Amino acid sequence: MPATPNQLSTEGLDLRYGDRTIVGGLDLTLPGGAVTAIVGPNACGKSTLLRGLSRLLAPASGTVMLDGADIHRMSARALALRMGLLPQQPVTPEAVTVEALVRLGRYPHQRLLSPWSAADQKAVDEALERTGTASLRDQPVDQLSGGQRQRAWIALALAQDTELLLLDEPTTFLDLRHQLDVLDLVAALHAEAGRTVVMVLHDLGQAARYADHMVVLKDGRLAAAGAPADVLDAELVKSVFDVDCRVIPDPETGTPLVVPKAGAVRRSAATA
Amino acid sequence: MTATQRGAPTGVPFRALRHVPLFLTGLAALVLCAALSLALGARSVPLGTVADALFGNAHGREALVVTGLRLPRTVIGLAVGAALGVAGAVAQGITRNPLASPTTLGINAGAGFAVVVAIFALKLNSPAQYVWFAFAGAAGAALFAQALARRAGDIDAVRLALGGTVLQLVLLSWTSAVMLLNQRTLDEARFWLAGSLSGRTLDVLWPVLPTLLLGLVVALAVAPALNALALGDDAAQALGVPVARIRLAGGVAVVLLAGSAVAVAGPVAFVGLAAPHLVRPLLGGDHRLLVPGCLIAGPLLLLSADVLGRLVIRPSELEVGIVTAFLGAPLLALLARRVGR
Repeated sequence: MPATPNQLSTEGLDLRYGDRTIVGGLDLTLPGGAVTAIVGPNACGKSTLLRGLSRLLAPASGTVMLDGADIHRMSARALALRMGLLPQQPVTPEAVTVEALVRLGRYPHQRLLSPWSAADQKAVDEALERTGTASLRDQPVDQLSGGQRQRAWIALALAQDTELLLLDEPTTFLDLRHQLDVLDLVAALHAEAGRTVVMVLHDLGQAARYADHMVVLKDGRLAAAGAPADVLDAELVKSVFDVDCRVIPDPETGTPLVVPKAGAVRRSAATA
Repeated sequence: MTATQRGAPTGVPFRALRHVPLFLTGLAALVLCAALSLALGARSVPLGTVADALFGNAHGREALVVTGLRLPRTVIGLAVGAALGVAGAVAQGITRNPLASPTTLGINAGAGFAVVVAIFALKLNSPAQYVWFAFAGAAGAALFAQALARRAGDIDAVRLALGGTVLQLVLLSWTSAVMLLNQRTLDEARFWLAGSLSGRTLDVLWPVLPTLLLGLVVALAVAPALNALALGDDAAQALGVPVARIRLAGGVAVVLLAGSAVAVAGPVAFVGLAAPHLVRPLLGGDHRLLVPGCLIAGPLLLLSADVLGRLVIRPSELEVGIVTAFLGAPLLALLARRVGR
């Protein structure tokens, strides 16, 4: 059965820093055309997995495949035309305006000595428009607020114009309103532009709300994967996060919502 | 939507042309500086005579000073300044460190050490003989600094700057040790090590011209990738930049440029550091503008420092390396303060 395009998959993926294994023996399929959230406790290897999926980290063994082709055998540019990435903490360059930053998203589309085309400008304008940063285009990035800066970075990834978008904790350091803005933007990209999105998230409720597919990691191994409604239950949260909770339907969306038990109950459960 | 459509055709050429007046102003300042470099010195020559001498219409002693001494000096100053300025811009780009320069990467010190050893061991006594040793020393130091900075196959930007600085200090102390071994080495090397444009003929420039031009071409070629590299290695790689290869190519450009410059003029500090900082507030952080900008700002800084050095203790003169160090030290302190904030 031919899978939907833009499907990322791993086979026996081992990711290491030095001799420390962060992700071990991972077999995973991230469906194309869907929004996938990767969740798990701190230091479970979420961000490392994303680095492996985006070729920033070469696997110690195993493979990462995009529609069946090993991404480590593609050229950097060929992959950049298909996959965009927003790193967790990108460096904000000095004295660069929002528009100049977003224009860098066109880098893989350009050749040495080829002029900036109308198509390039159109992609940049659309990315600015879609992220609501068009009015900030002439402002220096290093003078923006956290939420504005994050939207400018997403605009850069959008200007790259890839079918597949990887986001590493795109909501970190943002207040609730800006978190929701970013996640709504992601949902709109998926719904309107048909992008495949893979993102690392911290908040289980947000992951359940915004993702079609959920990958739960614990200690670098797969704890569960599937639709949030099928995967997320009290037993999983207890075994992965070591938190006693109830999982109830979100009163707004019906998706699973994790409600931790009161501190006293959790403590008595721990001593029992 | 209309704004988008209007923005596309008119916005692009406008953006490219916006900086033309600034570049022209820079060029005009450089021409003025070159004219002053031809006219001023222990024996000042009126600009009219300078023009006559250049076009072969004057043949007096003054004309001889202009065409025989100051013309080569000025041409060498232009070439060396351009090389140092561009080397600084690329060095700061590949290390993402605003304090990086041929000096802080150990390249100047490597060249200095190689030349002093050559003077000591091979009894050399003219700058034309120093060229290849300087070049080899510069390349050796840069390779060593890159090796120090290598971690898990990739070059770590912070380690590169730190390793280069440590290497520079080690090489400087070794250089002093060799110089103190005998009086002749001390006398020969002292003036070259100060960094100077005087007493050089164009014969010193020709051998390094190909390496200098090659370095310049590589620098211009990697400039667009340096813009992406400024976003961090991860983001750059996600944009399709072969990060390790670009950093290597940039490193090669820096060695070619700084090595050529130091081979001709001796180690001249601070021009490579200062030129990008002079250009960045005017043209922004885009390396496609920054590199050509430094091509103008570098010689502008070097020639003005050289002219200043000829005027301050007339009829004697200060080596340009001493002038740039004198003016550059406060600049470095200022930059370090700003970067530290």
